[in-house]
Amino acid sequence: MSETCKVSVERRGDVAVLSTDGYINNQGGEEIAREAYVELEKGVRALILNLQKTRIVNSIGISILIEVLEKVMERKAVLAFCGLTPTIDKTFRIMGLAQYAAIYPTEEEALQAVGATA
Amino acid sequence: MAQRGSAPNEPAAAGPPEVSLTIPVAPEMEIVATAQADALGEYMDMSRDKIDEVKLALVEACINAFEHAETEDKQVHITFRVGGDTGEWLEIEVRDRGRGFDAQGIESPSPHKTFEERRRRGWGLHIIKSLMDEVEIVSGDWGTRILMRKYK
Repeated sequence: MSETCKVSVERRGDVAVLSTDGYINNQGGEEIAREAYVELEKGVRALILNLQKTRIVNSIGISILIEVLEKVMERKAVLAFCGLTPTIDKTFRIMGLAQYAAIYPTEEEALQAVGATA
Repeated sequence: MAQRGSAPNEPAAAGPPEVSLTIPVAPEMEIVATAQADALGEYMDMSRDKIDEVKLALVEACINAFEHAETEDKQVHITFRVGGDTGEWLEIEVRDRGRGFDAQGIESPSPHKTFEERRRRGWGLHIIKSLMDEVEIVSGDWGTRILMRKYK
């Protein structure tokens, strides 16, 4: 049995969309962080985390996402989330992520909001 | 020819559904427990969003035990109960036989502490309380018991 999170990356100009599939625990969080830092090193100005295929997270995984968010803010870049289940959305708001990163219902809305080019 | 007679072991009258599960302290075993919560939530016709809240709270209760309990038996014991006349609530009891902690003395987390003071951990019990309708946490040198209930 493995629920380990898979992360795929797609570039839209200078915006990177990281799509997750599976459980965001410590391993899933670290996998997301690894891909996010690669994209930041390449100079993206915005990261979109699409969690549409993730139905469960835990607070350890979220704490790693917070580290990613802090790194993004240090680089003066932008992090946005989309595709959250209502429960994950609620948990992100409880932990304060919504105060520091925007949350959009869909990837299209997130891309539009950060001004992604084709 | 078989003799007629009463069955040797008459089954007891069915009570409210109760399921017990013991999981080892091992990576991703909390997901095994959430599969049970999923099945019982569907059985009692709980909404998908509420089932997801129960599952996330259960994950936090399990990893809290995994991380902090230092259990001698390396196990976490979970009991699921469906209660009420028509399955109105799902109760989950998560027990470990670890060293326990001061449940009253835990400092509440906050986004400010998380982002401004970089104290990112310590959210588990707060998340459980936020996602479940009733939560009782009892801890001592015998271990920890988290009892949490969600209404349909």
